Amino acid sequence: MKKLLLITTLLAASAGFASAEVVRLATEGAYPPFNLINDKGEVGGFEREFGDEVCKRAALECTWSTNEWDSIIPNLQSGNYDVIVAGMSITDERKKVIDFTQDYYPPTPSAFVGATADADCKSGPVSAQVSTIQAAHVAESGMTLLEFPTPDETVAAVRNGEAVCVFADSDYLRPLVNESNGALTFVGEPVSIGGGVGMGVRQSDQELKGKLDAAITSMKADGTLNTMIEKYFGPEGLKY
Amino acid sequence: MFAICADPKTLEGLTWLGCYLTSGKHLDFYMSFVTVLALLAVTAPAAMLLGFGGAMASRARLAPLRWIGKGYSAMVRGVPDIVYFMFFVIALDQGIEYVRSRFVCDDLSAPVFQGMEFHVCNAAKVPLATASPFTFQAYGFFLAVVTFAIVFGAFVTHVLSGAMQAVPRAQLETAEAYGMSQRQVFRRILVPQMWVYALPGLTNLWMVLIKATPLLFLLSVKDIVYYARELGGTKTSAYAYSHPDWRLYYFLGLLVFYLLMTKVSEIVLTRVSLRLSKGQATAAGEAQRRGLA
Repeated sequence: MKKLLLITTLLAASAGFASAEVVRLATEGAYPPFNLINDKGEVGGFEREFGDEVCKRAALECTWSTNEWDSIIPNLQSGNYDVIVAGMSITDERKKVIDFTQDYYPPTPSAFVGATADADCKSGPVSAQVSTIQAAHVAESGMTLLEFPTPDETVAAVRNGEAVCVFADSDYLRPLVNESNGALTFVGEPVSIGGGVGMGVRQSDQELKGKLDAAITSMKADGTLNTMIEKYFGPEGLKY
Repeated sequence: MFAICADPKTLEGLTWLGCYLTSGKHLDFYMSFVTVLALLAVTAPAAMLLGFGGAMASRARLAPLRWIGKGYSAMVRGVPDIVYFMFFVIALDQGIEYVRSRFVCDDLSAPVFQGMEFHVCNAAKVPLATASPFTFQAYGFFLAVVTFAIVFGAFVTHVLSGAMQAVPRAQLETAEAYGMSQRQVFRRILVPQMWVYALPGLTNLWMVLIKATPLLFLLSVKDIVYYARELGGTKTSAYAYSHPDWRLYYFLGLLVFYLLMTKVSEIVLTRVSLRLSKGQATAAGEAQRRGLA
């Protein structure tokens, strides 16, 4: 009898285990405050808290993984993970290969940052992260583009004089400028590009996309999302 | 890790540094050195085995076997490593998942390749989505070992078949004159004597292998170069321990590590070379004999 009970319990447990859907989220882990690897070695930042909340509301069991920015879309397509949550702007070009949920961060202005306020960005190389809307913008506007695999390196290029300016999300640059003791400063006016930040899913995963969309809608409706944005981006962060 | 490190923002000086260097992320960094050493320890023998097989195949009397041996070495050596690491690994991963899907999936009607997307049912995913992060790391490590072994095995094939041809014909002929079979000649004369000729080439490969370990990063195995770049980058107050760009110091650390690795290897390999030359009909062996006499 005891044995029977044990087996039943085990079966019930394994059935429960199998029915809970595990969704793997992937992020870059190098784009604070959107996403970062914290000092404990875990994924942290705005998107960590946001992603966990979305999973809770959509009743999904989520695990986090990190992937290089450069290969983040191909690895989604080959099924290594199910959702990209990596500060990825929704663009028409990306929509051709993957699908996006609705945006969970409004279209943000991108900005130029140089060593001095009168730096002439048009004159010299402008650094940007590879395969980003910013890199595309720099290339289209005829400036000399210097691409780097990680966001940190794009800023380091300005610090060591390799590039005259860096062009990136102003939300990413703001803390760096504020804490640089005057070594970095915003140059010129911000430029609005991109269609907001969304979660990337495979085009065949419409069901998952629907669940995530519903969760984001509810987070926008009850103001949770705005509170999170305020917490990570400060008063300058754009709200819904 | 320690109780005093609970609130890093209030720490200063050496305490801060001590806490910083023992943060969870730094412990991961230290572990990644073990990963790299483990990779070397597993890959080197695996590549030697593959290479030995390849060298034997490329001298085989059976033509198809010979083609396999020669083709393997020519093809892999002719393609840039990075292509292998980008393409071969994805192909291997998808191959494993494809084969597994044929056995474990209930519904096989959906096509596996849908445009750019690769689809197998959840049960066929390797590792399963429910697996621990460690399993994912271990799987990446396994893919890395296989890829490294195949790439370096091809170079070893070439080195060993060259070494086999360098063994003086007179040595083999003498053995034949003693009535040894082909197999006995190979085992007793050719193989023991070829190492001394193979060693310079193998030493080279070992050094290249040590330096190639940062390619691990392409396979999303977090290696020492990944951590050096990640830890060294400018950290704003979004992190518990903020600091300016310290990549220089981290990379200096890596420089010391790699130099130590190559120096130790050089010392060991010089000894091995001396040991192998003993009693050989080469200049080095002859010098040793005279020195002893």
